[in-house]
Amino acid sequence: MHRLAKNKWLLARRGTQLGILALFMLGPWFGLWLVKGNLSFSLTADTLPLTDPYVLLQSMVAGHWPETIAISGALIVGIAYLLLGRVYCSWVCPLNMLTDFASWLRNRLGVKAGSYVSRDMRYWLLLATLVLPVISGVMVWELVNPVSLLHRGLLFGISAGWLIIAMVFVVDLLVSRRAWCGHICPMGAFYSLLGKWALVRVSAKRREACNDCMDCFAVCPEPQVIKPALKGAKNGLGPLIMDADCTNCARCLDVCSKDVFEFSTRFNNTADSA
Amino acid sequence: MLTAAKSLGSVAAISMGLGLYARQSSALPAYAIRPPGALNEQDFLSACIRCGMCVRDCPFDTLQLARFADHVVTGTPYFIARQIACEMCDDIPCVKACPSGALDHQLSDINEARMGLAVVIDQENCIAFHGLRCEICYNVCPLREEAITLELQHNPRTAKHAMFIPRVHSDACTGCGKCEQACILQQAAIKVLPIKLAKADAGGHYRMGWEEKKKSGKSLVTPDATHQFNLPQGVEYDYQSGKIQNEEGAGTEVKP
Repeated sequence: MHRLAKNKWLLARRGTQLGILALFMLGPWFGLWLVKGNLSFSLTADTLPLTDPYVLLQSMVAGHWPETIAISGALIVGIAYLLLGRVYCSWVCPLNMLTDFASWLRNRLGVKAGSYVSRDMRYWLLLATLVLPVISGVMVWELVNPVSLLHRGLLFGISAGWLIIAMVFVVDLLVSRRAWCGHICPMGAFYSLLGKWALVRVSAKRREACNDCMDCFAVCPEPQVIKPALKGAKNGLGPLIMDADCTNCARCLDVCSKDVFEFSTRFNNTADSA
Repeated sequence: MLTAAKSLGSVAAISMGLGLYARQSSALPAYAIRPPGALNEQDFLSACIRCGMCVRDCPFDTLQLARFADHVVTGTPYFIARQIACEMCDDIPCVKACPSGALDHQLSDINEARMGLAVVIDQENCIAFHGLRCEICYNVCPLREEAITLELQHNPRTAKHAMFIPRVHSDACTGCGKCEQACILQQAAIKVLPIKLAKADAGGHYRMGWEEKKKSGKSLVTPDATHQFNLPQGVEYDYQSGKIQNEEGAGTEVKP
């Protein structure tokens, strides 16, 4: 019980990821069509449209103006992530469970080797995936995008698509730590930018209690985001994690033995609010 | 600076790979038919967001989403007529379900759909051409007598029977594929092909004389002069000038 309580945010997150997947699976598995479609576009209870704004944006830069329902769906999703931050990656994306597993296994097996990939790479790739459709008229990233491919594949059949998913897993496990979600995925980069000014933020509110155990840095998929908040007191920085790369996954809340972290809003970021 | 260059280099390399892959994969194989109302392939690929709503709302499980490494662009909908043809629903649920407009919402009458064009592609093996009665394609056609008609031809083998030859009319055929699915041969003799592949284009300069004549009320070329003479060798009758001329070209006026 104690162990479960210590991982309550992780459990909540897995529950959400699997819950969303289960809602989609009700249709193909049990014939209950509460949610139709996939993460690119879905219709819930025949009324609520939800569109992936990144996929829709690719289509629009390729030169197509979509129907109103797709645009409304993208606005709903867009506004949600505008407020909640980059939670798509940690609370929704089905690939995240696999990359988290790769990262866990990597630690377990003690894989140290790693190629260096810049964390900015994803932003360049994001740019490329939005420029190439302008030139070619084809949504090139959607030809290979493992995120939409995995979710669509689980619902509609994946066949050789497993190869791409396996590739992401192998790269994360053996080539570079958190390579996909933290360095390469342009979808994550898109949601970072979208959630840059998000309302909901993790705060290192009780940072004076930090005993430098480094647990949060070890577990965080984007450890570079923690330092300014946790160690910024002497530079007059507030306790909020303001970096757009933070996925609000709340693993730091779970692992910190001193309960330094909590969820807060971006308005509580004065240096003395800690 | 160096890291930026490295990232940029990797991204450039990936982009080039993707670009090549995009070019290669955007050619739709002839057996894959897009749902009714699909925009032309180039526009379709920029419009379709691969959500599968059309697949879900297809009551006959005709449509499927292409999987990775299929020859159709990943995640886009298509059907194979020989497996399950389009049943041409009156309310066109697949088009209604499409949130992107990759399936054109302007399409309100399914008979106006142009998914492809049926072609009696193997006239050597189609049994109608052997004088056997089959007519399955004709009978299953949702637009029988408009999209497929039967033409009666003389059967030279028996010399006393008729051959019932199926003929497809492109002004009515929607490309639903019912005929291809129903063809009794091991390999269908009638197949739905992309319209671009199936149709010839004579070119704008090519006119049918008899049709032009009907349109303008008179012949557009100088009418043939009535035949008058059996000319000796080496002497020709010039239809333009109405003169008889020998090989040197010296002409003699002919009074009709």
